[in-house]
Amino acid sequence: MSESEPQSIRRQPSRRGTELLLLICAWALGVLGTLQIGWSTGEGTPSRLWVTVGVVGVLALVMHLVVRWKAKYADPILLPVATLLTILGLLMIYRIDVAAAQRAERNSAPQPTPDVYAQLTWFAIAVVLFVAVLILVKDHRRLQRYTYSFGLLGLILLILPLAPIIGTTVNGATLWVRVGGLSFQPAEAAKILLTLFFAGYLVVKRDSLALVRTKFLGLGFPQLRDLGPLVIAWVVSLGVLVFERDLGTSLLFFGLFITMLYIATQRRSWLIIGSLFFAVGAYLAYQLFEHVRNRVTVWLDPWAYADTTGYQIVQSLYGFANGGIMGAGLGQGFPTFVPFANTDFIVAAIGEELGLTGMFALLLLYAVLIERGLRTAVSVRDSFGQLLAAGLAITLALQVFVIIGGVTRLIPLTGLTTPFLSYGGSSLVANWVIIALLIRISDRARRPEVQQFDADDALTQVVRRV
Amino acid sequence: MMSRQIRLIGGVLALLLVALLVNITVIQVVLARDYRERPGNQRILLAEYDRERGPILVGANPVAKSVETGNTLRYLRTYDDGPLYAPITGFYSLIYGATGLERTENRVLTGKSDLFFVDRISQLFAGRQPVGGAVTTTIDAAAQVAAFKGLKGKVGAVVAIEPTTGRILASVQSPSFDPNLLTSQVPETIRAYYEELKADPAKPLLNRPIVALNPPGSTFKLVTTAAALASGLYTPDSILPGPAFYRLPLSTSELQNWNRKECGPDGKVTLERALAISCNTAFAWLGVQLGDEALRRQAQLMGFDTSFQIPLKAATSRFPAELDAPQTALSAIGQFDVRATALQMAMVGAAIGNNGVTMEPYLVQEVRGPDLAILQTTEPTKFEAAMTPLHAAQLTEMMVNVVANGTGSNAQITGVQVAGKTGTAETDNDRPAVAWFVAFAPAQNPQVAVAVVIEESGATEITGNGLAAPIAREVIKAVLR
Repeated sequence: MSESEPQSIRRQPSRRGTELLLLICAWALGVLGTLQIGWSTGEGTPSRLWVTVGVVGVLALVMHLVVRWKAKYADPILLPVATLLTILGLLMIYRIDVAAAQRAERNSAPQPTPDVYAQLTWFAIAVVLFVAVLILVKDHRRLQRYTYSFGLLGLILLILPLAPIIGTTVNGATLWVRVGGLSFQPAEAAKILLTLFFAGYLVVKRDSLALVRTKFLGLGFPQLRDLGPLVIAWVVSLGVLVFERDLGTSLLFFGLFITMLYIATQRRSWLIIGSLFFAVGAYLAYQLFEHVRNRVTVWLDPWAYADTTGYQIVQSLYGFANGGIMGAGLGQGFPTFVPFANTDFIVAAIGEELGLTGMFALLLLYAVLIERGLRTAVSVRDSFGQLLAAGLAITLALQVFVIIGGVTRLIPLTGLTTPFLSYGGSSLVANWVIIALLIRISDRARRPEVQQFDADDALTQVVRRV
Repeated sequence: MMSRQIRLIGGVLALLLVALLVNITVIQVVLARDYRERPGNQRILLAEYDRERGPILVGANPVAKSVETGNTLRYLRTYDDGPLYAPITGFYSLIYGATGLERTENRVLTGKSDLFFVDRISQLFAGRQPVGGAVTTTIDAAAQVAAFKGLKGKVGAVVAIEPTTGRILASVQSPSFDPNLLTSQVPETIRAYYEELKADPAKPLLNRPIVALNPPGSTFKLVTTAAALASGLYTPDSILPGPAFYRLPLSTSELQNWNRKECGPDGKVTLERALAISCNTAFAWLGVQLGDEALRRQAQLMGFDTSFQIPLKAATSRFPAELDAPQTALSAIGQFDVRATALQMAMVGAAIGNNGVTMEPYLVQEVRGPDLAILQTTEPTKFEAAMTPLHAAQLTEMMVNVVANGTGSNAQITGVQVAGKTGTAETDNDRPAVAWFVAFAPAQNPQVAVAVVIEESGATEITGNGLAAPIAREVIKAVLR
């Protein structure tokens, strides 16, 4: 432990040393992985190895120092785990770059642009935002003031891909916005803004939403007019599904909203009502929209569509099967056989090359990250912080479940990015902002009770009436 | 506070995690094999074409080997004399999987066997692809070629065994197939050829020598004779009744000799003579006297009712359980439900020639590393002592008599004493009779035991001596040369 300043009461060690040690381990794994990919694919030691691992090392160190400076008591696990996941993503993207380049060489096709440097740039941008959040947001409770602004902004971002000119349809789903040469997925930012909105809104409204009017089967049910917010969330989710054809985002928002509603009101009836709405929505979508129906048919029997709509999932399953328990080894699988190997299907590449062992490690990394988020939610003292931390952790969890479940054919496939792993800037940046917010909240949660009195604590008195 | 709700949601999320873990385990462990073998899974195809697979050797000569192609699919599996060795090598198809030694020795050939542990460790650090080891078979090329020539145009199989060790010297089938056409790099040709083979009524894909089960007919009289000698009640000179017709016990059916004549003057015949002229009525009577239990025990000591892995999985030859007297009579002459592979009948001959000791048959002599260092050698293993040396010697004498003075005259070789037994078995359906010949030579110091079975030949007269014995003779000559 490297405590520089003397402190009279030290109930909670800051654990920053642990964090640094774990970060170094994550970085070292990245170096070894890069070398292994270079060697096993026959490319030799990557020429820009020390530049890339140097950049990653510096970025990780910067985040660590900022946490030390601005959020000294923050959870020490969040940052290293998210960093390790990002490094794993960079490794696989590099791996797929190599495979794509080799394939192009064999077919005498022009060399594709490698994606790993773009992703590295996005990581740098993500770190900038991470630092900005920690510096600008001194106390997460201040965010509650902007509840409705966040809500409005989130909603706008959500429907932005439908806007003329800038909205872009890629592979049938309208979830991109292109301005100038830059394109991004506004839904990634929207998920954070809407989580902030849900937290702020539900903290205020939860008393009325928790009000019991009717009892049925031993459960208290809310009054009819309180169904309003749920209906709005439902309609928006269906709207996303229908107009943007984005099944994943639609599922994510609705799932997030009903779980947060349940946590805020402490009424299980909301879960039941929410599930009913979900069932009705799912049924309607299945009946009315062909693209939803297609997903389900392919899910039920991908082999029948192995050459057409089921090609991706079938190739993904072949990849997992090829990996087996120990995996083919980094650099020794065929990750490019799965279309969109470095975005939606990056987990298939991991399953193939790192095997079941790697998949367990990966899922447990996510589990640790989410558990740390929920632990933060349970231990922070203000309701807004609790709801926000829980919401952010749940967003991550739902997204991981929906995409990995889809890629492994546990549930129908929906297009979502894999947090921290997938190639793509919007997703990486958004997920790092989530980590920044969780670190901010966990710093508050773990900070020793007795403190120097500062302006922030005045606010605590207001919120802490719960 | 909302902690309780958050913990509950955490619990639900934990369940989702478990669902993901279970699902991925099912895919990567339980279903992985099925997925890997699905047609259309190019991964395995490419991975296999990308690495040099070890050769399968007959002597020093590779009969299956990987050849560098110089294009994207780096290696191609080729088989010199493909149809000749197909029952041994099997095929290695990326669409239809592998059979034969290509399948059973896959881990050696791909270099993934634990025998290569040290190599694998060094490969791991060097980041190299594993290189395959070599499999040396026990096959004698001359015997294999002789049998293949003999079977040309017929439907049948030949198995030759070295009696003292159990080494399989020849394993030949007709019709055969060309494994080269199943390993080509063009999926359409592979599919077309495979479909053609599958549609062929003569079943060329069946590994006939070790899998096809036929009634052994009169060759089974060797087993019956062995049981008779073992009982202590009979010697080669014992007099048996050998009428032209034998009324089956408890039945009105009658059994007849192949020439519908009495086997000797006054319908009496010695055991030795009965074997030499293949007297059905005498052996049916003998079987009933010995009882099904004694026959079954003798058959089992020679390999019946046991499944052998050579390492290819051979079909289990069987002597039926629970027989009544008429069924025992029929079983004693290799009819009713008695079924044997060519491998099994070669084992019967080999056991008699090897002083009564049945050896475990095997096809793989050595496993060699990529550097051709011998990593594993198969040691001969005794299966059972099926006969006493004395009884074996007596039976050998009787079999020499079969070739010298009896039904097996076509197996005679100048200067070599051949011990043999013919067989012509009725099959249950409309198919023609099955011709057999089981032999070993030289009688006193056998180098080879051989079983020939002909299921179809196009010839009108079907006898073991006419169709099968000449092939056995050529195989023996090839081995002794």
